[in-house]
Amino acid sequence: MELGKLAGLKPYPQPLRNVFGEALLNVARDNEKVVVLDGDLGNSTKTEYVRQTFPDRFFNIGIAESNLVGIGAGLAACGFVPWITSFSSFLLCNAYDQIRLAVAMSNINAKVLGSHGGITLGKDGPTQMGIEDLALMGGLPTFVILVPSDPASMHAAVKAATDYVGPVFLRSSRVALPEIYPMNDCPFEIGKANVVRQGRDLTIVACGIMVAAALDAAAVLAQEGIAARVLDMHTIRPMDVAALAAAARETGAIVTAEEHLLQGGMGSNVARVVAEQHPVPMRFVGLADTYTESGDPDDLLRKYKLTAVDIAAAAREAYAAKTRQ
Amino acid sequence: MDAIPTTAVGELNEIARQMRLDILEMTTKAGSGHPSSSFSATEIVTALYFGGVLRYRPDEPLWPERDRFIMSKGHAAPLLYAALARAGYIERNLIWTLREVDSPVQGHPIQNVLPGVEATTGSLGQGLSAGVGHVLGGRLNRFDYRVYVLLGDGECEAGQVWEAAMSAAHFKADNLVAILDYNKYQETGPISREMALEPLAQKWQSFGWHVEEADGHDMADLLAKFDAVRMVKGQPSIIIAHTIKGKGVSFVEADFTFHGRALTPQQAELAREELHGTR
Repeated sequence: MELGKLAGLKPYPQPLRNVFGEALLNVARDNEKVVVLDGDLGNSTKTEYVRQTFPDRFFNIGIAESNLVGIGAGLAACGFVPWITSFSSFLLCNAYDQIRLAVAMSNINAKVLGSHGGITLGKDGPTQMGIEDLALMGGLPTFVILVPSDPASMHAAVKAATDYVGPVFLRSSRVALPEIYPMNDCPFEIGKANVVRQGRDLTIVACGIMVAAALDAAAVLAQEGIAARVLDMHTIRPMDVAALAAAARETGAIVTAEEHLLQGGMGSNVARVVAEQHPVPMRFVGLADTYTESGDPDDLLRKYKLTAVDIAAAAREAYAAKTRQ
Repeated sequence: MDAIPTTAVGELNEIARQMRLDILEMTTKAGSGHPSSSFSATEIVTALYFGGVLRYRPDEPLWPERDRFIMSKGHAAPLLYAALARAGYIERNLIWTLREVDSPVQGHPIQNVLPGVEATTGSLGQGLSAGVGHVLGGRLNRFDYRVYVLLGDGECEAGQVWEAAMSAAHFKADNLVAILDYNKYQETGPISREMALEPLAQKWQSFGWHVEEADGHDMADLLAKFDAVRMVKGQPSIIIAHTIKGKGVSFVEADFTFHGRALTPQQAELAREELHGTR
C-alpha cells in the first residue's frame, strides 16, 4: 500500500534524504557559518550537495565517528554552526560519549543529523538501521530532537535547527514521503506539534514517516464513523505538553505511532506527559523489543506492524477502551 | 596579555612550585581528585601559560584569536584550575570550592561553565579531536593562533586519539601541538604492564607527526621544544614529555596508587613541607 494514498496525499518524487541535502544546501547558502562534517557517507546522506557547492566548508572526517563529533564540537567553539552527519545508527552508537560530553554537556551550538532512521532503509539490514536513536538522544538533556514528516517539514526543520542556538538532533529517512504540507508553507515551531487532521473521538500522535500512515489510518477510521485527530509530533523534545493535554482532554484516547523501538521513543515520552496531565486510554504502535531484518521497506513495515492498518487497529482498541469507561 | 612575557626559568620553577601547593590544597580540601596526575604535568602547563608560549587574554576568555589549550587528560583538572586562577581567568578563591556543589570548579573540566575551559574532558581520548576542530575553525576564520592539547599516556590507549592523530596529519595541522605527559603509569599500574604503548615516538611518526622528546620537568628544555615545533610546517607536532607521576612529593612519586585519591591532611602536611623545602 502506498503511503499517504488513502489520505489523498501527493507522492513526492525525491527521497527524504535528498530533501535533507537540498535543505542543508539552502541553509549553507544563507548562513556562511554553517559547516558540514561527514562520516564518509555524504553520497548517502546527501550532504554531497554542500560538498559540491561549498567545498571549503565541507569536511569528510572519514569512518571515525568519535573524531567526527569532536572536530565538530571544536568548530562550534570557534563560532561555526556544524552539521555533524552520518547514519543515525553509526553516529549515535559509535560516538554517544562524544555527543554526550563535547556537545550535550558542553551545551554547544552543534547540529547532529541521524540519517537513515528507522527500518525503511530496508535491504541493508538491521546493522544499519537506527531504531534506538530517539531513545539515545532522550538520554542527553540539552538536545532538541526533531523528526520531520515530509519534504516541506524537512526544509522547515533544517532551517529551524540551524537558527536555534544549542544542540539539535534531526532524524532523516532514506525513503520518499508524500507531501503533508504545502512546500513553502509548513508551520514549524520547535516544540509545537502540528494538528494535521481535526477529530474528536481519539488522537493519533505520530512522527516521521508514521504521520502519513496515521493520516491513512484516520481516513479508514472516518469510514467507520470514528473521527481521529492526528498530531504531527515533529519535536520529541521539548514535547508539546499543551497539545497533548488538549488531545487527551478533548478526544479521550491516544494512539502513538513511531518507526522506533517502543522503549524510550516518542510514545513512552507522550505517555509520561498524558499520565501527568490527563490520563486516558492509550495504545502504542512501534517496534516491540526486536531487531528487524533485510527486506523491502514496505514488506518490513507490514511484518513489523508499522502500517496504517496497525495504527487503525490500535485506534479501535483505544476508542473501545474509552467508550467502556 | 598580547605581548609574550619573558620570565626567567627560575621564576617559572617557582610558579610551578606554587601551582603544586595549590593543587595539593585544592584536592586535600576536596578530599578527592588526582593530585599525582596534576603534579606530573605541572611544568608543562606552567611553561604554556607563564613561559610565553600561549597568547591569551584572561579578561576576554573567548577572544577569537587566542591560542587554545585543551586539557585532554581531564583528571588533571586541578592543575588547569591552578593555572586559570594564576593567569587571571577566575578568582583565586574559586579554586578552593573544587568538587563542591554549586561551584563551577567541577571534578573534571566542563566547557561553558568555567572561563578558560576550552573543552569538556574527563572521558579520556576526546581532547585532540576538539583541537583539530579548532585548527579547522582557525583556518576558515583566517586566524594564526596555535592549538595545544595535553594528552595523558594511558589516554593514548583510546582509539579516538589515533582517529584525531590521523586527521590532524591529513589536514596538515602545523599549528597543532600535542604534549604527552608520559609519566608511565595509568590508573591500575605501570603502562608497560597494563597495556604496552611503546614504541610511542614511532607510532606518532608513522601517523605523520613531527616528534620531539623532552624532560617534562626541565623548564628550559620544555621552552626550547615549544620553540622548536613552531618551525615545523605541513604537519602537526607532538612533544613527548618524560615525567614522573606525583613529581615533587617523594612519597607520592613512590606510590602510583595515589592516581585517583587526594592526600590526607596528615600526608598533605608532609607534602607541604617538601614543597616548601623545609623537610
